[in-house]
Amino acid sequence: MTAPMDVTGGDTEATPEAVVDASGDKAIQGRSLGQIAWMRLKRDKVALAGGLIVIFLILVAVFAPVIVGLLGQDPTQFNSDLIDSSTMVPKTGTGISADHLFGIEPVNGRDIFSRVVYGARISLLIAFLATLLSVVIGTLLGVTAGFFGGLVDSIISKTMDVFLAFPLLVFAIALAGIVPDSAFGLTGDTLRVSLLVFIIGFFNWPYIGRIVRGQTLSLREREFVDAARSLGARGPYIIFRELLPNLIAPILVYATLLIPTNVLFEAALSFLGVGVRPPTPTWGGMLADAVRFYTIPHFMFFPGMAIFITVLAFNLFGDGLRDALDPKAR
Amino acid sequence: MVTYIIRRLIWAVVMLTIVSIITFAIFFLVPRLAGATSESLAARYVGRTASAEQVKIAADKLGFNDPLIVQYGRFAKGIVAGADYDYGPGVERCPAPCFGYSFLTRLPVWPDLLDRLPVTLSLAIGAAVIWVLAGVATGVLSALRRGSLFDRAAMGVALAGVSLPIFFTGIVSLVIFSYGHPFRITAPGGSFTPFEENPAMWAYNLILPWITLAFLYAAGYARLTRAGMLETMSEDYIRTARAKGLNERRVVVKHGLRGALTPILTIFGLDLGLLLGGAVLTESTYSLPGMGKYAIDAITNQDLPKVMGVTLVAAFFVVFANLIVDLLYAVVDPRVRLG
Repeated sequence: MTAPMDVTGGDTEATPEAVVDASGDKAIQGRSLGQIAWMRLKRDKVALAGGLIVIFLILVAVFAPVIVGLLGQDPTQFNSDLIDSSTMVPKTGTGISADHLFGIEPVNGRDIFSRVVYGARISLLIAFLATLLSVVIGTLLGVTAGFFGGLVDSIISKTMDVFLAFPLLVFAIALAGIVPDSAFGLTGDTLRVSLLVFIIGFFNWPYIGRIVRGQTLSLREREFVDAARSLGARGPYIIFRELLPNLIAPILVYATLLIPTNVLFEAALSFLGVGVRPPTPTWGGMLADAVRFYTIPHFMFFPGMAIFITVLAFNLFGDGLRDALDPKAR
Repeated sequence: MVTYIIRRLIWAVVMLTIVSIITFAIFFLVPRLAGATSESLAARYVGRTASAEQVKIAADKLGFNDPLIVQYGRFAKGIVAGADYDYGPGVERCPAPCFGYSFLTRLPVWPDLLDRLPVTLSLAIGAAVIWVLAGVATGVLSALRRGSLFDRAAMGVALAGVSLPIFFTGIVSLVIFSYGHPFRITAPGGSFTPFEENPAMWAYNLILPWITLAFLYAAGYARLTRAGMLETMSEDYIRTARAKGLNERRVVVKHGLRGALTPILTIFGLDLGLLLGGAVLTESTYSLPGMGKYAIDAITNQDLPKVMGVTLVAAFFVVFANLIVDLLYAVVDPRVRLG
């Protein structure tokens, strides 16, 4: 990069985040990566919108009983009186009313609004916990592989290759399908949720693992690690105090982007009938029911849009976070 | 080059062996951990009328009481040399490659899978052609006109595309184009016509699944291509190529795209391999009788040998696709060192 012409290209104006807070008395302020990222994120309206929707969805999931309680419609309660007994379709077509904001299901007339709200609980709970599991395993093994290198690295890397060679979905369906309704001392929803968290989380760790390993490999050779080492620091100290703080940014970004993948994964398993069992409402399960009633589109619209909005919001926020935390980004 | 190919082949075989061991171990251990016994497994094969004594004999004869390693050895031998299953009332022959024998349907798994393969192949390859062409073209155009209206619109659609589950877009597409009459362009899901029988009907039945599946993937590929192109187009060698006086088309295609193509090839290999092992969601949304539908049906019927067989065959496709990709690397990316 010796060419002088480069000066004219690119943005030559100083970016405010780098230096100054001109209004105050203090001339120059140092800013941490976190502060810089937050400043950038605040400017990214799209990512911010995604983040707000994410917070909204989490609140909906947490306060589902309160929200549903306000309208007084239990998600598993049948409303046969609103169903036309000959066609099995809601009498008014959709059943949308002040009581049933999103209408009711055909056949048994369950309230779609409260089912979608409760569906958010299962979806987000499984997606978050599975992501957490992947991040823990992936970070642990990724750092170990990258830091120690040699034989340890090749064993862990080959293990990741084998995991990535698994036909994930087929395998997950098979595994979720062969476990009976009562196993490992658990039953019902608890068993299904733990099972899905384990399956989804356990097979997704190599994606995080690879990224962490790559980052560790390059960080390991940096001067500050040499400095720590020359001051007498040992393995665990270097890993936890020198490497991990520098790995938090990429881990955070990929965790945020893994959540929507896991939301889709859980929805797919529920759609195929191997997720959380009915009558517990899940978005995927509702879509599977809706396939048979394609003539009443509102039935598939609400759970489908719920999945779409959730995944989109996390993707928007994750993309924004990546741009904000990337020191190379403009 | 030859040593590289051989090394890569050996690793593929090792990988398949490991995958098969893990698959076998999991399908051996999980049902038992969850409370199944050798007798309860054998009982599913000899029929409901069998006495407890008969079930016990069958469990012994099928080797359900042998240690895991012995059972795996028998299974692996079956894939190479075929196997005989003696479950009491009779002996069933499962010729090589024996990926298991379903005692519920009294059929070996492999011929069943061969029957299903054309459906999955047609679906995956047809969709792959569409998504690669559409995705890469959109990505390149977006990168070249960064910040333009086209770029922003395309990336907006692409982001929505990767956020939509196929079983949602699939149902919606069926409602609009198939069940609903105004735009009826395709037969309702569930029908598949072999290519050699009637190519026109074949395409007619598959066009909707192709487009829906391709849309999902094209969105991801467009994002990936755009990011890759933005990176390679700012490399020094692009400036060199321009300085040499090459026309822009050549610079973009021969230099820019070629550099951006490597990560796309990697992802493509994985995606196609996974799809060939069964486009589970697409096939069940459109009721196409492919390998993915086979897997789902097997799981619904709790038919373990089928489930295991289809999982292994699916894994084979992924490993095979990865192998091909690694070999192609050497052709596409001049920087790859073989060694």
